[in-house]
Amino acid sequence: MEEQRYVVFLFPSVSYALKAEKILKVARIAHKLIPVPRHISSDCGVCVRITEDKQQDVERELLGKVEWDKVLLL
Amino acid sequence: MPLDQLNHPIIYFDNAATSWPKPAAMMAAMINYNELIGGSPGRSGHQRSLDAGRVILETREALAELFGCDDSLRIAFTKNATEALNIALSGILNPGDHVITSSMEHNSVMRPLRYLESQGVQLSVVSCSGDGRLDTEDVRAAIRPHTRLLVVTHASNVTGTIQPIAELGEIAGRHGILFCVDAAQTAGSLPIHVDEMVIDLLAFSGHKSLFGPQGTGGLYIREGLEKQLRPLMMGGTGSRSEFEGQPDFMPDKFESGTPNTIGLAGLGAGVRFVLTERVETIRSKEEMLTTRFLAGLAVLPGITVYGPPDAANRTSVVSFNITGVSPSEASLELDERFGILCRPGLHCAPAAHRTIGTFSQGTIRFGFSYFNKDEEIDLALEAVRSLAGGDAPH
Ligand SMILES: Cc1ncc(COP(=O)(O)O)c(C=O)c1O
Repeated sequence: MEEQRYVVFLFPSVSYALKAEKILKVARIAHKLIPVPRHISSDCGVCVRITEDKQQDVERELLGKVEWDKVLLL
Repeated sequence: MPLDQLNHPIIYFDNAATSWPKPAAMMAAMINYNELIGGSPGRSGHQRSLDAGRVILETREALAELFGCDDSLRIAFTKNATEALNIALSGILNPGDHVITSSMEHNSVMRPLRYLESQGVQLSVVSCSGDGRLDTEDVRAAIRPHTRLLVVTHASNVTGTIQPIAELGEIAGRHGILFCVDAAQTAGSLPIHVDEMVIDLLAFSGHKSLFGPQGTGGLYIREGLEKQLRPLMMGGTGSRSEFEGQPDFMPDKFESGTPNTIGLAGLGAGVRFVLTERVETIRSKEEMLTTRFLAGLAVLPGITVYGPPDAANRTSVVSFNITGVSPSEASLELDERFGILCRPGLHCAPAAHRTIGTFSQGTIRFGFSYFNKDEEIDLALEAVRSLAGGDAPH
């Protein structure tokens, strides 16, 4: 069985991540807020982790509603 | 009726300074934050910090809904409308720029502008009519090639006069001038739509008609404008911590330091109360109270009322004087003999009092809220009648 792969959405600040969280809850897309992994950034913020297959759905939901900085494979 | 500390009934008519009472949900939200959340928002990833961030986001979203703004992150929180106005004015104006304002402004607009004038900003103060109304033609005539900003109060805190904000926004927009509105007196009590009114910067108090606690306010900033606006304060934001430069994005650029999270929890509950009751319902109740009071004053001898003659063109603020009684004496009598709490004097708006001809004594100001009742208006009219020396009706 193939292992589940994750991507993270990085935002300018926690306010943006929380706004994204609210949008994803409404859209019923499974997600988790996690601290930004140290190897990605030394920032102390949080990011949104989703499974890789949901990346396009998430981008579609967030587009025009909340900005993100980048999307990275974990 | 509410009681004072000696169990005497009081009538609170100082709502134009700060509203009281507040909806019960306001205090409940603050207690909830204090007992169950308590973390510092945007600073770490633990659950209490995130919950604090969610509380603030909910407050932002409620305000965005109220002001017709499609992205809540365009609103930065401040400690009051004054701080928001200072960010807007000193953040955007540079020596050589020309700024237009009205003669009905509060000192939270006038003082920063007078300071900026001393630093080389050119200032035009457009005179308003005796009842406080700003004529859009006069504003048009004051425009110069290098006019950068028009800043106007949505409604006067002295006379309640409502300014033609949508028309002014349209004029500013057509001339490429930024438009800043001081909504301290109107946020929550009159409809506001930042796009329809072509508003670039909207400063509001949280503690007046939005029913939040003192220590809350904010500034809406139109998309893209934040890049041109200097912050008043810089410091920790929880974001971009690896860089020593201030973030340049909303709302972090203008929100340095640990915010007033407990206050913003309360403000959120206040704004949700307004959204649930609906601004239109609040407005019509306040308009009815104001009409009742104005009609009662009109038949009393020795009373001068300032501002527009009918309630439709003003907020629920009424300034008046009693012949032969100074405003400060009158307010002391109203407080001590009748338990009526109001505000006498110049109301931090000397220019407005010059405009209506009441500088330097000022006026007695009553400000009604959604929570006031007809019977309180009637009792106040009786009290004013007795101070004016009129006989009670039979
Ligand atoms: C018209 C007007 N502008 C600005 C302010 C300042 O508001 P704040 O006390 O929230 O700074 C007030 C009230 O005090 C006001 O009435």
